[in-house]
Amino acid sequence: MTPPALELRGLSVAYREAVVLRRASWTAPVHGLAAIVGPNGAGKSTMLKAALGLVPLLAGEARFFGQPLAAVRRRVGYLPQRASVDWDFPATALQVAAMGRYPRAGWFRPLPRAEREHARAALAEVGLADLADRQIGQLSGGQQQRVFLARALALEAELYLMDEPFAGVDAATERAIVEVLRRLARQGRTVVAVHHDLATVAEYFNHVCLLNGEVVAAGPVATTFTPEHLARAYGGRLPLLDRQVLQPRPVLQAAVPA
Amino acid sequence: METLLQALAFAGGHNTRMVALGCAAFGLAAGALGCFVLLRGRALIADAAAHATLPGLCIAFILAAWLGGNPRSLPLLLAGAATTAAIGVLAAGAMVRGGRLRDDAAMALVVSLGFGIGVALLSVVQSLPVGGQAGLSSFILGQAAGMGQADALLIGGLALLALLAVAVLFRPLAVLCFDPEFAAVSGLPVRRLDLVLMALMLAVTVAGLRAIGLILVVALMVVPAATARLLTDRLPVMVPLAALLGAFAAWFGAGLSAAIPALPTGATIALVACGGFALALLFAPARGVIAFTLRQRRLRRELLAELR
Repeated sequence: MTPPALELRGLSVAYREAVVLRRASWTAPVHGLAAIVGPNGAGKSTMLKAALGLVPLLAGEARFFGQPLAAVRRRVGYLPQRASVDWDFPATALQVAAMGRYPRAGWFRPLPRAEREHARAALAEVGLADLADRQIGQLSGGQQQRVFLARALALEAELYLMDEPFAGVDAATERAIVEVLRRLARQGRTVVAVHHDLATVAEYFNHVCLLNGEVVAAGPVATTFTPEHLARAYGGRLPLLDRQVLQPRPVLQAAVPA
Repeated sequence: METLLQALAFAGGHNTRMVALGCAAFGLAAGALGCFVLLRGRALIADAAAHATLPGLCIAFILAAWLGGNPRSLPLLLAGAATTAAIGVLAAGAMVRGGRLRDDAAMALVVSLGFGIGVALLSVVQSLPVGGQAGLSSFILGQAAGMGQADALLIGGLALLALLAVAVLFRPLAVLCFDPEFAAVSGLPVRRLDLVLMALMLAVTVAGLRAIGLILVVALMVVPAATARLLTDRLPVMVPLAALLGAFAAWFGAGLSAAIPALPTGATIALVACGGFALALLFAPARGVIAFTLRQRRLRRELLAELR
């Protein structure tokens, strides 16, 4: 049996004194789109960062394709939150996308032409072919998010961990990103995304992990994304909790063919 | 005027030429490395490190005098300087990581402690029978005059090594500065890379101590990089441009202060660099004040015409 793309075993993380993630165990589905959902401060981003070794672990471990991350780095891609970097950095969209090729092409020589073309193709895939030579600070928020996505695509990973890929983007960009995620899923890759818009969970993802400091429930959206589980994850602090949230909206679904 | 031209043309004899070349090499390295120091948000640390060199200079001087060595040996003094600067920077880093202090407060602490201890030690040095701490005070404000050829070679060699390291590590450093989390997940040893960046910064700092002085050495790391940033949006252009600007400022400033002995070397070099920055601030094609104002005016005119 092939090992799962991502398996978390009892991940625990504390910042200063407060424990933000308590014994989180979860296995991402193979070849699918999985959402990590939960209220603010639930430890969603922390769970991704802990799995990737970006924050120190109190306990637990993360296995990627059955192995520690260091053994399979090339197969794993990360898309950080857009707000985590300074977009005034002196680089073009193409140069940022090209960063996704360095791990394969080598860090100590100029990027060969074929590799640069690869990065350009990744930009085209997210609809930014025309803006390749634009300085990244001159791009809109949605375009910046797509530059990050292009850099992730350039990695050609099998498993992607994405931190809020839809944060602060307009509807058109959101549709473009969803298209890319679905294409990745069709190619047999796995995407795990921190997501905060409950209204689109059922429409965009087929697997969900509900988090609130610990894993409240995880599994296929149809059986896991239920009012009972949501109430437990959000502790009753969920004004939007109604049937609408739980049903895919037919109008939008028609607009975005799967 | 003639002496100035002579100094700038390296015509003042072999020794002057070597000193000017050493200064230029320092400027080259400081400008290139400065881009990464700036983009990684380390400008304050660089300044703190420079101030924390003073205790090391004094301790090396005292130890050498005490043990019967040559207290004015430049390699010895620079080694001492680098040691206390490294201690200061690592201590500041530990305090910030431990969450005890914000980083600006930690930097201020390192500056105060480093410079305070240094000045106190300077009075100890003054009381030594070795005669004259004259050598040491020139490290505070910088003095290219009186530098020997061996000193110039040491400084130039140190600077060129740092420059070489920057060239080799260009891409890892760029990714580290832009997105450290992505760098870490991509397999770059982020912690070690940051240490290397700091070590290079220390190397360049001590290389500049003799000519520029510890108070102003940070100017050549920050100002050429900031100037280059105004002139380009591309890192592969910004780094060589900052290197050239730094080299020019160091060479021209050193020449100027050699021709007009009343001008202190460090201040002259720093002011030349700042002059370049002021020009770029005004005249930079896209980011300059004038271009910005003209663009604003044109946009307003177009908008008004549309509304009419």
